[in-house]
Amino acid sequence: MDDVIIGLEVHVQLNRLSSKLFCGCSTDYHNDPPNSHTCPVCLGLPGSLPVINRKAVEFSIRVGLALNCRIEQQTMFYRKNYYYPDLPKGFQISQYDFPLATGGHIMIKGEDGERNIRITRAHMEEDPGRLVHAGTIDRAKYTMVDYNRCGMPLLEVVTEPDLRSPKEARAFLDKLRTILEYLDVFDGSLEGSMRVDSNISLAGGDRAEVKNISSFKGVEKALSYEITRQRNLRRRNIRVVQETRHFDELRNVTVSIRSKEEAHDYRYFPEMDLVPIRVADWVPNVQASLPELPDARRDRFREQYGISDDHAKSLTSEIKVADFYEQVASRTDPRLAAVWIADVLKGELNYRSLGIDRFSPDHMVEIVSMLASQEITEDGAVILLRTLLDRKIPSLVDTEKPGATKAGGQLSVRVCDLVGSLGLARAGDQAVRAAVRDAVAECASAVSDYRSGNERAINFVVGVVMKKTRGRASPAEAHRMVQEEIEKGS
Amino acid sequence: MLAQLREQILAGSAEEYLSRLFDRIDRSKLNAFTTLDRENALGQAREFDRSPRKGLMAGIPIAIKDGISTMGIETTCSSRILKGYIPPYDAHVIERLKAEGAIIMGKTNMDEFAMGTSTETSAFGPTRNPWDLQRVPGGSSGGSAACVAAGEAPCSLGSDTGGSVRCPASFCGVVGLKPTYGLVSRYGLIAYANSLEQIGPITRTAEDSAFLLDVIAGHDPRDSTSAPAAAKGRYLDGLDGGVKDLLIGVPDEYFGEGVDPMVEKAVWDSVSVLEGLGATWQRVSLPHTRYALATYYIIAMSECSSNLARFDGLRYGRRPGDDKDWHTTFSEIRSAGFGPEAKRRILLGTYALSAGYYGRYYLKALQVRTLIKQDFERALEKVDLLASATMPFPAFRIGERISDPLSLYMADIFTVPVNLAGVPAISIPCGFADGLPIGLQLIGRPFQESLLLRAAQAYQATTPHHLRTPEVA
Amino acid sequence: MITSKDVDHISWLASIKLGEDELEQFVAQFNSILEYFHELDGVDTEGVEPTYRVVDLANIFRDDSVKASLSQEAALKNAPKREEGYFKSPRIV
Ligand SMILES: [Mg+2]
Ligand SMILES: [Zn+2]
Repeated sequence: MDDVIIGLEVHVQLNRLSSKLFCGCSTDYHNDPPNSHTCPVCLGLPGSLPVINRKAVEFSIRVGLALNCRIEQQTMFYRKNYYYPDLPKGFQISQYDFPLATGGHIMIKGEDGERNIRITRAHMEEDPGRLVHAGTIDRAKYTMVDYNRCGMPLLEVVTEPDLRSPKEARAFLDKLRTILEYLDVFDGSLEGSMRVDSNISLAGGDRAEVKNISSFKGVEKALSYEITRQRNLRRRNIRVVQETRHFDELRNVTVSIRSKEEAHDYRYFPEMDLVPIRVADWVPNVQASLPELPDARRDRFREQYGISDDHAKSLTSEIKVADFYEQVASRTDPRLAAVWIADVLKGELNYRSLGIDRFSPDHMVEIVSMLASQEITEDGAVILLRTLLDRKIPSLVDTEKPGATKAGGQLSVRVCDLVGSLGLARAGDQAVRAAVRDAVAECASAVSDYRSGNERAINFVVGVVMKKTRGRASPAEAHRMVQEEIEKGS
Repeated sequence: MLAQLREQILAGSAEEYLSRLFDRIDRSKLNAFTTLDRENALGQAREFDRSPRKGLMAGIPIAIKDGISTMGIETTCSSRILKGYIPPYDAHVIERLKAEGAIIMGKTNMDEFAMGTSTETSAFGPTRNPWDLQRVPGGSSGGSAACVAAGEAPCSLGSDTGGSVRCPASFCGVVGLKPTYGLVSRYGLIAYANSLEQIGPITRTAEDSAFLLDVIAGHDPRDSTSAPAAAKGRYLDGLDGGVKDLLIGVPDEYFGEGVDPMVEKAVWDSVSVLEGLGATWQRVSLPHTRYALATYYIIAMSECSSNLARFDGLRYGRRPGDDKDWHTTFSEIRSAGFGPEAKRRILLGTYALSAGYYGRYYLKALQVRTLIKQDFERALEKVDLLASATMPFPAFRIGERISDPLSLYMADIFTVPVNLAGVPAISIPCGFADGLPIGLQLIGRPFQESLLLRAAQAYQATTPHHLRTPEVA
Repeated sequence: MITSKDVDHISWLASIKLGEDELEQFVAQFNSILEYFHELDGVDTEGVEPTYRVVDLANIFRDDSVKASLSQEAALKNAPKREEGYFKSPRIV
């Protein structure tokens, strides 16, 4: 795929702000009726004027610095003139010359190892409204417009055409999202919070632009489709037309949305209703207030906790997971905690589509500690995790307050009580030894198979031991003891 | 006058006074108003008579140019495309007026979207000049000037993008002030060319102009270009300071070819009057004056092409009949909704900003704007204020120039440079030519409205021109 | 010289449909107005900074605080067509 050239324009909603970019309307509109979060400014009523949100500028600087950009001495706003029903003023206030941040880069996991992706610029602009179609986009008789989203603060992050595959594009977006969440300027869980335009071409060909893809999976799919489409055209000696295309998420295809008429002419010119912004002197303070970013935290985790690079990466790819890990690691065996959080807990959460805030770090500390001191087995630990996640708590432990939860939706249950009620305490040496003796005696034919060279026959005996101890023995330990017992008897 | 009117209303009846105005408007042939808010206004006046409120404008009615947003009162910019639009909010100046107890009596006719010098481009038909009904009142704030001149309102607000307060003030024989850019909030003023325009008072006297400016000027956090509070003066204070210490500059480029000799004479006479009052004067030069019109029109048209993009019949305005695809529908709405002058300016502005032409027209105009601004800075370093005619000729006949846009644009030659430079200027009556008023324009340094008003006050204290009223009144 | 094709394109950009008569009239008027604008070609602006704004202001901000929005009814009040709390727009394809 080394002939594939992809550049991205990522529109990020700075949705951790309270108010919109140029007016005081609330950014918290997601569960409210349409057009209930507008005012003369964001509705573009005649005579209204924009005044920029100071914190939006600060957030943008934060992102710019985290993307290793230069923050310009002076930045200003322009009008991008075009007509569309979602654009109430007939222009979008955006940036053009003198964007806030330029010339950055971030590292991503590429097709073969780490790759440096250059960031051309990051600039501020206002979000248009939201169009709702009666029916599908190409068959709707009319369109309905909700301006609640209109005026939401956006940061548009533009990359150089450095990405070489849909997978790399995905990796870039994942990394960008991680960084944004570390910076606490962005909540990626909200609908439409990150939307992507992508430019894609094959070396030597014209590029197509696929606009407004609203999911990461969609980006991967749209780009894969485009590559196939463009390769097929090339095979048939047909030129790729430079055009804008739309990704149809239902059919997984891209379709041309604009034809001849749209030789874009946005007639950018300065927005005179706003004055220049000179914030270079904010930079030292913002820089100093930046949190530890994902790459740095990954490196520190590796060093400080002695965990593998893969575990460190996995644990830092979401700030909440990283915070969770650190809470646990400081109170118990950090390596064991890394394994159990990165490899087991994350999988169980994923399977249930739950966030890590559903699980209590206290519980994790208890589980890891009990594993470390061999009070429970690995199987037992998995049962504990699942029981806690699924909230299937035996009534016995919940005598005081059935189903009681703590703030944050976490159960007020102690793991040690649960171990007792579920009978998960690891069986003592004596009990295991007795179970082993009984099992070897009971499974005469498996034992003789093993003795005659069928190594796998021993697993059957171990299974019987596990059954007899109701899973409270360590399988590895049981294996060793069965072997000893058989050899003793031979 | 406004100060005395306030006392009279307090002693008498706001309702009675206002009713007389409405009666007069009912009999009027001027077509100065687009909307009268009669019931509300009379209700407020009655309320005021029952329990008088305090405030600088307590009980005083005022007429507002239809390009300024008034909550609950139709605001159309005299354009078909905004017919029926009722803003859900008040412009900053309206908030100020209401806070001081003023009564909004109605909205005044204007050139469509303030694009004009004659109020002939209004979708409501032209306003007539109270001194001669066959003539234009000037524009674009023609209704605001005509109603004050004819005694249909004691004062009004207009807006001035390239002379739109001063021109009609000059043609109608009243006082019109264009404040320094940034002195009066533009919040709620429907934009035509937003880097140029300011709301300004139209009154009978300089004193009233100061009175009204005291109410509407000042910092507004909702307008990013609003000057800090410190820039505002107390305009009624020191109004009677005279002109003894003032040095007046008379710009060479504002005289000569194209200027009516009677206008020139009136201006020189006025300079003599001021000299007689103790001022001194000298000639100055504003060398880039001849480029001001082209510069102004390129900038104004470019800005308006963007400012007027929002009128698409989706959120407000009319959209009769069945819809087609969005672009066809928008194009048809805009085609039917805008008059020829608005279309002309939008299209030329679109052209001037379009790919390949930005540098030649728009950027070039902004560079020349710098030179024009520097002309004023240099001149106003030497002198305290500049004196010229407001308009090169008195009011022309309705229909006389409207068919030739370029000749109409030429009328703005002395007013547009002021907007390009952002400096304040005032037009005051300074004589008559064949029964038509002539306006004297005084131009000052940024935020020195006080000085302009002081000079205008001194002038009016010794001249009778502002006391004459047209026969229709 | 600006042609009727140019004016047609501009009218498309500006979303203003023009009738034949209007178009022809504008072509003539635009040419004479643009010719007048070309007077600026004679001004030496080498090295002259453009004046975007006459106010010498920078860094005018508002705080990130929420102010009351319009009610849905007030927002939609002036809409010529609406449906279920939305502005009703002509179809977009
Ligand atoms: Mg963008
Ligand atoms: Zn808003």
